[in-house]
Amino acid sequence: MIPIQMEINGQTIEMEVAPDLSLLDLLRAVGVDSVKKGCGEGDCGACGVLLDGVYVKSCLILAAQASGRRVETVESLGNVEHPHPLQTAFVEAGAVQCGFCIPSMLLAARSVIEAHPEPTVEQIKEGLDGNLCRCTGYVKQIEAVQTAARVMKEEDHE
Amino acid sequence: MSNSFSQVGTNVTKVDGMALATGGTLFVADLAPENALCGRILTSPHAHARIRRIDVSKAEALDGVYAVLHHGNVPRVLHTTAGQGYPEPSPYDTVMFDDKVRYVGDRVAAVAAETPEIAEQALSLIEVEYELLEPVFDPVEALKPGAPVIHDEPDAHVVIPVPYEPQRNLAAYVGTSVGDVDGALAKCDVVVSGTYHTQYAQHCPIEPHITLAELDPYGRVRITSSTQVPWHVRRIVAQCCQIPVRRIRVVKPRIGGGFGAKQEVLLEDVATMLCLRSGQPVLLEYTRKDEFVSSRTRHPSVCTTTLGFTKDGKIQAIRMHMILNTGAYGSHALTVGSNCGSKVLPMYPCDHIEFKMEGVYTNLPVGGAYRGYGATQAVFSVECLIDEAAAKLGRDPLELRVQNHIRSGQGSPIFKALGEGTEGVEMTIGSCGLPECISQGAEAIGWGRPRGKSGRRARGVGMAILMQGSSIPYVDMGAATLKLNEDGSFNLLMGATDLGTGSDTVLSQIAAEALGVDTCMIIPLSSDTDVTPFDVGAYASSTTYLSGHAARKAALLVRHQILEVAAEMLRCEQEKLTIEGGRIVGGPKELTCSDVALHSLYSHNQKQIMASASHISEKSPPPFAAHFAEVEVDLDTGFVKLLKYVSAVDCGTTIHPKLAEGQTEGATMNGISFALTEEYLFNEKGRMLNPSFGHYKIFTTADMPEMVTIMVPTYETTGPYGAKSVSEISINGALPAISNAIRDACGVRMTQGPFTPERVARALRD
Repeated sequence: MIPIQMEINGQTIEMEVAPDLSLLDLLRAVGVDSVKKGCGEGDCGACGVLLDGVYVKSCLILAAQASGRRVETVESLGNVEHPHPLQTAFVEAGAVQCGFCIPSMLLAARSVIEAHPEPTVEQIKEGLDGNLCRCTGYVKQIEAVQTAARVMKEEDHE
Repeated sequence: MSNSFSQVGTNVTKVDGMALATGGTLFVADLAPENALCGRILTSPHAHARIRRIDVSKAEALDGVYAVLHHGNVPRVLHTTAGQGYPEPSPYDTVMFDDKVRYVGDRVAAVAAETPEIAEQALSLIEVEYELLEPVFDPVEALKPGAPVIHDEPDAHVVIPVPYEPQRNLAAYVGTSVGDVDGALAKCDVVVSGTYHTQYAQHCPIEPHITLAELDPYGRVRITSSTQVPWHVRRIVAQCCQIPVRRIRVVKPRIGGGFGAKQEVLLEDVATMLCLRSGQPVLLEYTRKDEFVSSRTRHPSVCTTTLGFTKDGKIQAIRMHMILNTGAYGSHALTVGSNCGSKVLPMYPCDHIEFKMEGVYTNLPVGGAYRGYGATQAVFSVECLIDEAAAKLGRDPLELRVQNHIRSGQGSPIFKALGEGTEGVEMTIGSCGLPECISQGAEAIGWGRPRGKSGRRARGVGMAILMQGSSIPYVDMGAATLKLNEDGSFNLLMGATDLGTGSDTVLSQIAAEALGVDTCMIIPLSSDTDVTPFDVGAYASSTTYLSGHAARKAALLVRHQILEVAAEMLRCEQEKLTIEGGRIVGGPKELTCSDVALHSLYSHNQKQIMASASHISEKSPPPFAAHFAEVEVDLDTGFVKLLKYVSAVDCGTTIHPKLAEGQTEGATMNGISFALTEEYLFNEKGRMLNPSFGHYKIFTTADMPEMVTIMVPTYETTGPYGAKSVSEISINGALPAISNAIRDACGVRMTQGPFTPERVARALRD
């Protein structure tokens, strides 16, 4: 077992983990249910988190590798009472169908907007390329990212 | 007519949208208690073998193992996993564990253990001695005399009177004919014919199948499952585990996509048995690999179709011979097979039609319900052959379709001839927006605009027209209960199963419309077998059309009760009163629904204002669609780049326009991905070689063409507020539309999906 400590959505945890435990399995074990397991092989993108601010697939990172680092999941974006503009835009655009892929896709979308405050469709497509969604055909999600980027820019100006 | 609605036709906020977008604890895996045991299934490494000996003693002796199941210690109950209404049209050819395995991935044994690691170790300790049997992988070979018999067990049977001949690997058969096809074809000026192949494909819900089984303090089993069919799960688990239905409660939380895969009852029986044996909660889930190999697939097909026309372009005769590969078990073989005919042949009315379908066992993964449900397979041949006929007739393929397609007021003998295991229902088409779908879609794609060739790249356009159905008439039933609360809100308890489609929202809108209140006053709860009334489940494009009617009927009954109480309170005639925006108006003074609720619960002649209603359908009105594809074919590499795709759909009234568009876009994208990249690769022993998203390519944002979605409004008088179904139809168009576009671009006819560079390059070379 390996002792680790990390910050998850602002809370520091310390524990001992098996050397082969993935960050995904650790997060789910400590009750961060928004991080989903769709394949465990780095293909589907349902398990994305921000590791020190960088979007990664948590099934491909060992929990021990994430020790000493900062993990953010969709819980850090917003909640039902105070949603993030991305969450509002996704819901209003009809971009959320079954919703299983959405928490991770929202984090990927946030990374897109961080890199490109006024993202083009091509930039959004590139940024969400690693997030499989079988329900929507992606059309509404691309619209939602554009809407959220506009709202976030306006909020910045206020 | 649609202008008069206040809730229907508006984009209300999806009721579960924000809970999902904020990562709520909503899915089965999120709801498992910490002490839940981990279930794992041992699957067959062989395509066809008899289990001569199985020794689980070492697995059972392992610390942390609570239960081990195999054919020697569970009841042998023949059933079908198909998740259909009772009695099922699929053969009873499956048992929980058998002493024979019929494909690579078939169940051999299962364990429940404290951790995934112990469970894996336990599986590795199970000793199985197999006697290998000769496998058969090709459905045409499997039908030949002398082929290995896959279901040689004497107890496999059907529970409805339909043909079933397992001794020659025939899992299902349908044959019907109208008029004289041979005679009519002999008189035709133009006859086109071809054999078209569709491939194995998987639904790929991002959440794989998962089930949690727990015993409650009363000894009842609570099954929390990612399922489209909670009531069928309850019935089939009771059957397989030989416990009464009353001991089982099935709860459906949020579902991470289904597309038909989760109509199958694949884990619930095993999870329940592991739970009963161990006395502990058990979480049983598929890995992504399991989902590909051991879950369900789209039945691959070999379809030979002939169309005959007179020289004026009028269609005279259609013949279709469909061979469906149902894999190792006959789940949905009969009904997917019937739908190959019933959802495709009526499109072009004529007097001479012949349809034959054989559903054939092979030692490959199992077919099942998959969005499109047979229409996907069959429409490929018909819509490609329409283009071939147009070429021979010297006609524009669009015009030829317009000349021949079915219209409002027309029927088809096929509706009556082909039901779902029984005779069908005679039907004439009510609403039909197909002419508008064709004209608006054509404009969006720029039909008739010359494309041509530039260097090694050739561009072309193609189209296809589609129909589906809305529920299974006289078979499917949905029910709903509605009750009024003190604040004027309503609990809508419905059997209907929202699997991500948005039906909780759509049915809430329908109930709100009927009541005269805002949708935000409806609190939907779907699919809990202890709490909500029955529904057959989310399949056959039935939820909006059928279960929506149940919600509407229940709401109208509740509305009547509210007005009755209001009239009593206001001492006026009930007929003068109506509900608008949650207010009871028309009387001497206004009341709110809350006033009525408080009065009826606390003041006088107390009662709970509530009602239940059920609905069955007499019709299955088809939605219609016209799809258009523009492609660019690389003549050197065979790579097909899809530039633009237009889906124009008539689903009657769009209850929630954005959700209806979303259904169309999602189905369209799945169809495109199926047409261009998705396929199972097998080795010579029947083992799937690409069971991962890394090797089974589904489309991502990077692959998207320009997508245009057009919703053509019509009003279906038999539907709730004019609605028909929308979810399935648009998965069917891409295969023929893209094949037609490739033909237009470079002259080759692709008759086998997916249209990979290898296949297209080979076709160009030949």
